[in-house]
Amino acid sequence: MNQHQALYEYLLRLGDNALILGQRLTEWIGHAPALEEELGSANVALDLIGQARGWLAYAGTVEGAGRDEDTLALQRDILDFRNVLLVEQPNGHYGDTIARQYLFDAFHYPLLEALHGSSDQHIAAIAAKSCKEAGYHRRRSAEWMIRLGDGTTESHTKLQRSVDTLWPYTGELFTTDEIDRALQSSGVAADLTAVQQAWDEEVARTLKTATLQRPAAGWMQSGGKQGRHSEQLGYILAEMQFLPRAYPDAHW
Amino acid sequence: MKDWPLWEVFIRSRHGLAHKHVGSLHASDAALALANARDVYTRRGEGVSIWVVRSTDIIASAPGDKAILFDPSEDKVYRHPTFYEVPDEIDNL
Amino acid sequence: MAACEPTRTYLRCVSANRPLLSFVSVIRSDFANARPNTDLMTHNIDVSLINCIIFRGEPSAVIPRIAGPSFMTGKTLMHTQPAHTEVEPRCSAEALAEREQAFQAKIDADIKIEPKDWMPQAYRQSLVRQISQHAHSEIVGMLPEGNWLTRAPSLRRKLILLAKVQDEAGHGLYLYSAAETLGASREALIEALHAGQAKYSSIFNYPTLTWADVGAIGWLVDGAALINQIPLCRCSYGPYARAMRRICKEESFHQRQGYEIMLTLCRGTAAQKRMAQDALNRWWWPSLMMFGPPDAESSHTQQSMRWKIKRHTNDALRQKFIDQSVSQADYLGLTPPDPELKWNEQTGHYDFGTIDWSEFWRVLKGEGPCNRERIEARRRAYDEGRWVREAALVFGAKQTRRAPGTD
Repeated sequence: MNQHQALYEYLLRLGDNALILGQRLTEWIGHAPALEEELGSANVALDLIGQARGWLAYAGTVEGAGRDEDTLALQRDILDFRNVLLVEQPNGHYGDTIARQYLFDAFHYPLLEALHGSSDQHIAAIAAKSCKEAGYHRRRSAEWMIRLGDGTTESHTKLQRSVDTLWPYTGELFTTDEIDRALQSSGVAADLTAVQQAWDEEVARTLKTATLQRPAAGWMQSGGKQGRHSEQLGYILAEMQFLPRAYPDAHW
Repeated sequence: MKDWPLWEVFIRSRHGLAHKHVGSLHASDAALALANARDVYTRRGEGVSIWVVRSTDIIASAPGDKAILFDPSEDKVYRHPTFYEVPDEIDNL
Repeated sequence: MAACEPTRTYLRCVSANRPLLSFVSVIRSDFANARPNTDLMTHNIDVSLINCIIFRGEPSAVIPRIAGPSFMTGKTLMHTQPAHTEVEPRCSAEALAEREQAFQAKIDADIKIEPKDWMPQAYRQSLVRQISQHAHSEIVGMLPEGNWLTRAPSLRRKLILLAKVQDEAGHGLYLYSAAETLGASREALIEALHAGQAKYSSIFNYPTLTWADVGAIGWLVDGAALINQIPLCRCSYGPYARAMRRICKEESFHQRQGYEIMLTLCRGTAAQKRMAQDALNRWWWPSLMMFGPPDAESSHTQQSMRWKIKRHTNDALRQKFIDQSVSQADYLGLTPPDPELKWNEQTGHYDFGTIDWSEFWRVLKGEGPCNRERIEARRRAYDEGRWVREAALVFGAKQTRRAPGTD
């Protein structure tokens, strides 16, 4: 794989993570546990979908086949999506959503911070803007982890189960393949070992404050980054892509 | 179950003005009140600093005291610069 | 001002959640003839706002009739408590009349009424009713458009729609806050909504079937709402007027984004144009109904205008909306579904066909296409979120206990 192809794939990973998680969050709008949470989760979704636009638009330019961010988001099928499995997991109850968000935010923030120093100017610019947003996301989801973990017995039990269920999807965040390696040597991509270290420290601290147990190390699911997804993604795409697929000649 | 307590939100805009009351919201505690204030009241770049105060902690003057509190200042015109006569030819005063 | 003296009060009720703080009204001073059902109705008291009724005299004689199943049509008291026997100092009739005159003089002089100022109970009630209905409309109104968030046809449209629906949550929040300054609690207001005891704008009981509905809602529904809302920025009640100013400022993009969607569809393929016309056909009449019943049948208009809670009549605002919308439809190349729509040189307005008010009353009563789903969706969100809200509250209490220097 050459640098150019690797860069395209790498951008899809960044863009698809933000897009799919943002899409998942929009499912909550109108159904959140409190009015204040409607606004808070909408803000996170707006940030993520905005970031996805940036990454996918750049991916389209790199690909050079005339596809823009909408074509990439709304006309690719499941085999070509590159998001991690974590972000496509169902919303479940609010604790499931918070745990998914926090485990991702704790990864997203140090990743974007590292990409801020990317040798690729475009990546550095998008990361600089997104990094501030992700910093707030992480703070907000950590606050909620602590409230649900250290709240009532019911909320503690629920959240512990959410963390246990989602834990096997966290390993994939840090797996390095030939795409990462190809781009790391030229300073384009982030060093995932350092990101993992930051994640470990951050998550350990929050779990402790939230009085939650860190799940034991075990089998980790992976495949999303290479296009092997869970069944969940098909349903997400069916809904998200319906209009452009039903009316392929229309502009909206 | 009780509702989350009510908080009053004050925001300082970019222009160096004092914090100004912008509205209220509900939150379970101070940290979430601050986060909610950010999410609810600064969606359009309204501010650079936020204060949140529990509504029950605000002490307000009673409307019935309006006369004794505020009317007495109305005839103290000498507190305003326009009360004083200064010749036109004098500058910087 | 005449001195306040206790008078003979036999039956009065207290508004939402703040017993003894916000006294609603003396509904009858003639205890022997008290008939709570009819009395409350005659005095036009919104039962959903009452959580306690205070009696003096012989409370036990009245309670069974209040709490009984025959109380009001289809409505029951939400939290009927045992009769209070506490006595508040009461103003004499003359003192009350004098206060009301002073209050009206303030209104006439365009002086804003603020939360702690004295106000007639009927003014307070009227405001709580109107503001909470408005807040409920914002929140329920998130649902029909929210349907399309996951299916928006481009990322740009998704962001715009998301920001708009988010604004609606914010506007609901501002409005509930304004109602709270009058002594109502948000929780009680929301529970009244979920119990089917509070109204919200009927327009949100219609379904969004295609993407064009998102455009039509922005263009027509938000357009109509804006016409209704702009005068409210000058409402006599300070917190409501301030909330409305913020809302109107933020909403200015809502109608434009809707019209932009319609314009794109109308310049698009035949299928898109068909969608657009169909959406106009379905949303036109319900939008006209958003201004409320004709003036002749509107029960609150007159008093609300005297109190400057409302500044224009329903019919005047409706006419304004029709006049502006016809040319906008024309530019899109769409036709409103009213064959009688015709420019009238003499009046300088459009004449229009008869509105089917039976549909309006039917939907208001709960028999619109989506009434049940909308309330059910809100109730489910609220119920399923209870453990989350509770956890945060319990955590907040723990934190207060842990903090040094607090007791």
